[in-house]
Amino acid sequence: MAGIAVSTIINGDKAEFLCHADETLLDVLRDRLGLMGVKEGCGTGDCGACSIILDDRLVCSCLVLGAEAEARRIETVEGMAQGDKLHPLQQKFLEHAALQCGICTPGFLIAAKDLLAKNPDPTEEEIRFGLAGNLCRCTGYDKIVRAVQDAASVMRGA
Amino acid sequence: MNFDPSHSTRSFFSVGTRPIRPDGVDKVTGRARYGADFNMPGQLVGRILRSPHAHAIIRKIDASKAAQLPGVKAVLTAADLPDLTHGDAAMYDILDNCMARKKALYDGHAVAAVAAIDARTAKQALKLIEVEYELLPHVTDLDQAFAPDAPLVNDTIFTKGVDPKPDRPSNVSMRSQFGHGEVDAGMAKADFVVERTFKTEQTHQGYIEPHACVANVSPDGTADLWVCTQGHFVYRQHCAQLLGLDTSKLRVTSSEIGGGFGGKTHVWAEPVALALSRKAGRPVKLVMTRDEVFRASGPTSATSIDVKIGALKDGTIIAAEATLRYSCGPYAGSWAEIGAMTAFACYKLENVRTVGYEVLVNRPKTAAYRAPSAPMAAFAVESAIDELAKKVGMDPVDFRIRNAAQEGTKASYGPVYGPIGIGPTLEAAKNHPHMKAPLGKNQGRGMACGFWFNFGGQTCTDLNIGMDGTVSLAVGTVDVGGSRASLSLVAAEELGIDYSQVRTVIADTSSLGYNDMTDGSRGTFSSSMATISAARNAIKVLRGRAAQMWDIPVEDVTWEQGQAVAKGETHGNLPKLSLKEIAAASGTTGGPIAGHSEIVADGAGVSFATHICDIEVDPETGATKVLRYTVVQDAGKAVHPTYVEGQYQGGAAQGIGWALNEEYIYGKDGRLQNAGFLDYRIPVCSDLPMIDTQILEIPNPNHPYGVRGVGETSIVPPLAAVANAVSSAVGVRMQHIPMSPPRILEALEA
Repeated sequence: MAGIAVSTIINGDKAEFLCHADETLLDVLRDRLGLMGVKEGCGTGDCGACSIILDDRLVCSCLVLGAEAEARRIETVEGMAQGDKLHPLQQKFLEHAALQCGICTPGFLIAAKDLLAKNPDPTEEEIRFGLAGNLCRCTGYDKIVRAVQDAASVMRGA
Repeated sequence: MNFDPSHSTRSFFSVGTRPIRPDGVDKVTGRARYGADFNMPGQLVGRILRSPHAHAIIRKIDASKAAQLPGVKAVLTAADLPDLTHGDAAMYDILDNCMARKKALYDGHAVAAVAAIDARTAKQALKLIEVEYELLPHVTDLDQAFAPDAPLVNDTIFTKGVDPKPDRPSNVSMRSQFGHGEVDAGMAKADFVVERTFKTEQTHQGYIEPHACVANVSPDGTADLWVCTQGHFVYRQHCAQLLGLDTSKLRVTSSEIGGGFGGKTHVWAEPVALALSRKAGRPVKLVMTRDEVFRASGPTSATSIDVKIGALKDGTIIAAEATLRYSCGPYAGSWAEIGAMTAFACYKLENVRTVGYEVLVNRPKTAAYRAPSAPMAAFAVESAIDELAKKVGMDPVDFRIRNAAQEGTKASYGPVYGPIGIGPTLEAAKNHPHMKAPLGKNQGRGMACGFWFNFGGQTCTDLNIGMDGTVSLAVGTVDVGGSRASLSLVAAEELGIDYSQVRTVIADTSSLGYNDMTDGSRGTFSSSMATISAARNAIKVLRGRAAQMWDIPVEDVTWEQGQAVAKGETHGNLPKLSLKEIAAASGTTGGPIAGHSEIVADGAGVSFATHICDIEVDPETGATKVLRYTVVQDAGKAVHPTYVEGQYQGGAAQGIGWALNEEYIYGKDGRLQNAGFLDYRIPVCSDLPMIDTQILEIPNPNHPYGVRGVGETSIVPPLAAVANAVSSAVGVRMQHIPMSPPRILEALEA
């Protein structure tokens, strides 16, 4: 069966793949490109575990078709650290123990990165609403909010 | 291994600190491998066909068209999973739940499965399987199922726990009773009595990771299973028995686990994946969809509970009784029994009786959910206690303090308590600034207590010392939320080395002796006990090697802060030998240095918590907002306090979701109507405030460091704490959970 040829930029690198017309970007990222940091929690856009940034916009990759990625830029958790230097959000999630089982963590990191790109100095309420599309069942969100606050402060150079 | 009372003032140098967890970097970079993140060469995709009916006889399954579809490598029905359980009723139920045999017993019950070259082909194949059903009357509601004329869910069930044995089958699979004293006589003396009935709806653990596994059965009869589970040794046992494999030939590797909370303690699709792999001759990956997780993996019970409590004028509870009915899906379990055990466990009662009834319904098989059965019982009892305090004219905290269980109290479920923390958590809550903060209009404050047993169980651990002096600790209790950090801290503490020198891994089933599940809050409790024992065994070896290196008797060598120290007048001047130096010489002093430990971890410490909740209710819409929440809980000894806080906060958040929103909603057709995170709404970030925590440390005398399990108790009080807060805000006693906006409006208008 012929596939659709898609050319895209993932975490700064050129990536090309073939996919079916009905294949989600989530399945492409995981099954065709091996980017297993993108997690599937629901497949219906309700949990945020598969969050990615697509051309500066936060989306659930389970709600995007693989073919829609043509000529677009994709950011996943795999692109956050630079070499062995973690992104401040990753570092603060570790320091604040903002993860327990960790399955939602890649999605939260991406959502928080998108939030801080748009609002570098969010209030607690803005963080809570900014991350309301990502479900966490372990932490009660307390330490996640604190980690994002702390990372925001570091990233502002404060 | 008992707690040494001198440890109350002991200063630990590793335990109690808050280092970064060893598996953390993998989890924040996307490298950690969960159930669905593992692949094998040549693997097929497995999918399961599920019944759309709540109750039906399976007349015929025709899978011939599916089998002929190009790309389909195996089609499976119950006929491919013959009954090898040899009369073991519990195992037969597990088998029947994995693949329906004669009847579909709930919407979502597996009836057939396929393995195909890709997901699209597998999905297409499911559509080609023709199943002929004969519909039967069904019952999904607990109270309806309890009624004598209800449709029978399982005609082989006769109520256990009643004498004489009933002569007719029924939906009540078991009656359990606990208590002591003269309840009726006590109640007759009471000056004030509260009698109420409460209901809770069915909820799901709601872990974010759906069940997933990769099964590979080889033609030589050996097999591998990669799976997200809380207990890979138990999965091995169950799968091996159901498939007729030798236990040792099935190696199970536990992946990282994306939440479990009790829901990943039971096999669901794993035996099916193994059977598909055996039939297809290739590895099979099987991942449940979210819809399948809700419809076909164990939610908790729905309940209906009658409570009656009597008190004297001075505030002493003179008698208490409860009748608790728990739904358990179409198979018998033990959920009502545990509910009956925990209901009054917080209190010192002379006259107490609890009766539990376990009721079969046409819903999915229920599974453990964090302190299974306790939250619902606490909701009923703590609501009634709040009302009784009001009647007596006492502050609800003072009323509970007056009646709190203490060391020496005979627990409502039988044993006599050792040192326990219910009183101290209540005192801490009473003195917490949260209790004194002012409240505004339409706002209410509630508090409640909770109890959970904790568990120990079979535990096996290997501690291996490398030639560079670093330590690899292999444990068999799955890390569901940070236990590797705690166990590394314990190993470092005992050996006297730095935390960074220890790496803790979860060993597969072929690399370690049997371990019980990570359930019952046992992970850190039992594995830390085994780790301490393994480390002490390693220290014995280390002392022996040092003695050899010094050429002195081993009795003259002690172990102090990571070093062998020679004692005595003749060799007291010998320079100390570090663990690293002894390890480096191991090749010439007798070979590898290791410590092993195989224990049944007895003496888990029971655990208590007190929670405080402030809430605001919008009287126009019935919507609620949690304004402030505080958890006070006894940890025994908090090994890694940050993760202890995380357990407290996570449990509270789950309990708040249960109290306010979460419920399974069934239609009259017996089908689940909200099998997704859109309509089954767990709390999101903007639904919650920060959750304050206060850790108390009342040592468990049965653990060398005083550790108690902490994972589950935190979900026990929230249902009641939130209900007491809402009742206080709206001025009406809330008796039905979840307190969703329509239910609150209904209560306001009643």
